[in-house]
Amino acid sequence: MAEAVGAILLAGITLYAVLGGADFGGGLWDLLAGTTARGRAPRELIDESITPVWEANHVWLIFDLVIFWTAFPHAFASVMTALALPIWLALAGIVLRGAGFAFRKEITRLGQQRAAGAAFAFSSLLTPFFMGTVVGAIATGAVPANASHASLAAWTSPTALLTGFLFVAACGYLAAVYLVVEAGRRGDRPMRAYFTRRAQGAAVAAGGLSLAALFEVQNSDPAFFNRLTGRALPLVVLAGVCGLAVFTLLTAGRTKGIRAIAALGVAAVIWAWGVAQYPVLLPGTGVTLTNAGATQATFVALVVVAVAAVILVVPSFALLYALQGRRVLGGGE
Amino acid sequence: MRASGMVLLAAAQGGTQVVPARAQMAATLGFHIILACFGIALPSIVLLAEFIGLRRHNETALLLARRWSQAMGVLIAVGAVTGTVLSFELGLLWPGLMRQYGSVLGVPFGVEGLFFFLEAIFAGIYLWGWRRLPGWAHWWSGVPIAVSGIFGAMAVIAVNSWMNTPGGFTEVDGQITSVNVWQVFFSRSAIYEMPHMILAAYMVAGFGVASVYAVGILRGRRDRYHYTGFALGFVPAAVLTPFQIFVGDTAARAIAHDQPVKFAAMEYVARTSRQVPEWLGGAYVNGHIYAGIKIPYMDSLLVGFGPGTKVIGWDSVPPADRPPVVWLIHLAFDVMVGLGSLLLLVGLWAAWTWWRRRRWPRPRVFWALGAVSGLAAVVAMECGWVVTEEGRQPWVVYGLQTTAQAATTNGGILTSLSIVVVGYGVLGAATIAILLMLSRRWRRDDRDDASVPYGPPRAGVDRPASHVES
Repeated sequence: MAEAVGAILLAGITLYAVLGGADFGGGLWDLLAGTTARGRAPRELIDESITPVWEANHVWLIFDLVIFWTAFPHAFASVMTALALPIWLALAGIVLRGAGFAFRKEITRLGQQRAAGAAFAFSSLLTPFFMGTVVGAIATGAVPANASHASLAAWTSPTALLTGFLFVAACGYLAAVYLVVEAGRRGDRPMRAYFTRRAQGAAVAAGGLSLAALFEVQNSDPAFFNRLTGRALPLVVLAGVCGLAVFTLLTAGRTKGIRAIAALGVAAVIWAWGVAQYPVLLPGTGVTLTNAGATQATFVALVVVAVAAVILVVPSFALLYALQGRRVLGGGE
Repeated sequence: MRASGMVLLAAAQGGTQVVPARAQMAATLGFHIILACFGIALPSIVLLAEFIGLRRHNETALLLARRWSQAMGVLIAVGAVTGTVLSFELGLLWPGLMRQYGSVLGVPFGVEGLFFFLEAIFAGIYLWGWRRLPGWAHWWSGVPIAVSGIFGAMAVIAVNSWMNTPGGFTEVDGQITSVNVWQVFFSRSAIYEMPHMILAAYMVAGFGVASVYAVGILRGRRDRYHYTGFALGFVPAAVLTPFQIFVGDTAARAIAHDQPVKFAAMEYVARTSRQVPEWLGGAYVNGHIYAGIKIPYMDSLLVGFGPGTKVIGWDSVPPADRPPVVWLIHLAFDVMVGLGSLLLLVGLWAAWTWWRRRRWPRPRVFWALGAVSGLAAVVAMECGWVVTEEGRQPWVVYGLQTTAQAATTNGGILTSLSIVVVGYGVLGAATIAILLMLSRRWRRDDRDDASVPYGPPRAGVDRPASHVES
């Protein structure tokens, strides 16, 4: 049962990454879109793509957090204590991102719009970075089993920082790929070309950072590296193949199925991490899926909640995305 | 900031991290709970307006529903992020609580997550589907938001109820060995806490909406638009107020049994005794009650319907297990009950006038009361939270874990508290500023709509036809 809940948590993290992560990536491209006049077209496309879905995508984070503390409370308490600082910073970013984005839509004066937009865009960069350092810190075994104080060293190791940058690049990559398809669907050729270039750039950046992180782990944490290139190797290879496929398809100007391949690539990275770590929750400690403080009844309840989510939430999401895909949602004509 | 009182009081209690941690929790929860009320109840009010608009072809009600859902979009977004802050704070501020009881109290949170999903998904459809979804399809897309708001609230309050009356699990040598999910979800106090908070949310949202239009009516905007807006908020809230007072009265009696020390603090019962008087107001300092109104036997009467009813005082537990600031609990309770009763009277006034004359009351006092009814509902609701949270101290899980045991061992909470107070101050001000800006924009639109067809062109509104296409 603990394994099933661990898989549910990893699936929840994957969905947050490929759905919520793309919303952060949208903010990143908004940040880099340039001056008011030049950035108008990409910002409009980003805004329309994110608006009706970002809050629903954001709920995956809450869902993951709840599963984490309910199923593995001891690991949760240690992570929240040892990595308090980057988590506070990511949280500040979440507040600024959501409020800035919602406010910008309602404001009409340009100066205030810019201020709200800057809050949205800048925090879209910070939040995934700090989340990445948290994941990097956990994966490198920097969180003790009974953490009693916050540690700066835990999340500022080269691997943790590389993971932070990798998260930012991956968010930008997913967003750009999704926006290529969205622009194509609208017949907007300039925007399609615009985001194709950015998707390719982000793919190179994410691929480079992944390799850099792999080399770093080989030196700093050979045991983890061996598992990544051992039992998790098929997933690592899959991630690489997906990245190359997306890059090639973008070069060829083909976009059919490209979003799914990009998402699959990111998912493969997350599952490679999970498989490499299994069954340990906090590497370097004895905290595993089964002994992190929950009982069988709790695991069963969480599996029931997950089944209910599949029955209730998945069709609702399908409806939301279908309506958005047909451009039923939104203010534009 | 509304939580600053709680901050100072918490600071007076001594301790290390627990003081700033409690202050920060109070500030962030006190802020979020207002948005949560609108998240729970505003969708129902908007749907009511849209229903009337569609059913009776009432353009005014439809226009109001459309505008309210724009405001709702802002409130839901701010509520979503401030709610996220609270979720993280459970771990960042109270790792001791989560380490020990995360696997127990997490299950209702998991259920809440499901409803939060449905709320956010259908909010995306409803809020942004006004233009292209056909009338009734659009209305139905909003129903899941209202329903999941209520069920989501039940799940969150289940956790708070469980903290007040914990049960549904066994603990052996400090380890949780089994969990009964059903008993965790429906703990003893859930039966009264759930309806109490959901009704409070409807009162906050209903009176809050009514306040906006009462202000307009006071300023002389006595038109159909303002009366309709007032009625759509005021009527549901006023109708629910007597039910809320009944639930609250039942809850107080149940607390006398379930959490006698909390009840003793609410009513200034120092010693367990019979023929206990009721104190209205008054400050409790060093065993004396100053400036309070004493009603003999009344507390015993309220608890057990007879003057001889024994009421348990806080002397039933050692001083270390008593809430540190009883006067705050008592006064917050009195303010809550007083404001609730006032809101009941305002509703009765409107009902009486409607029964006799088929119209709203004319005196300006009624509209002034209507204008402050939203604020009164918010203050009453916040006071209720002060009573239940302060009254449970020094426990975080009643009788099992103290708040000090739950608090983080990390330093620097004073820093995060300062950032939160400033940041939430800005966030609150910005949210109110945006809502006021929307209101000004709508009023400007109304004036434009009313322009005469053959009048002279207004600058910036009517442009030459050749420029319209560009």
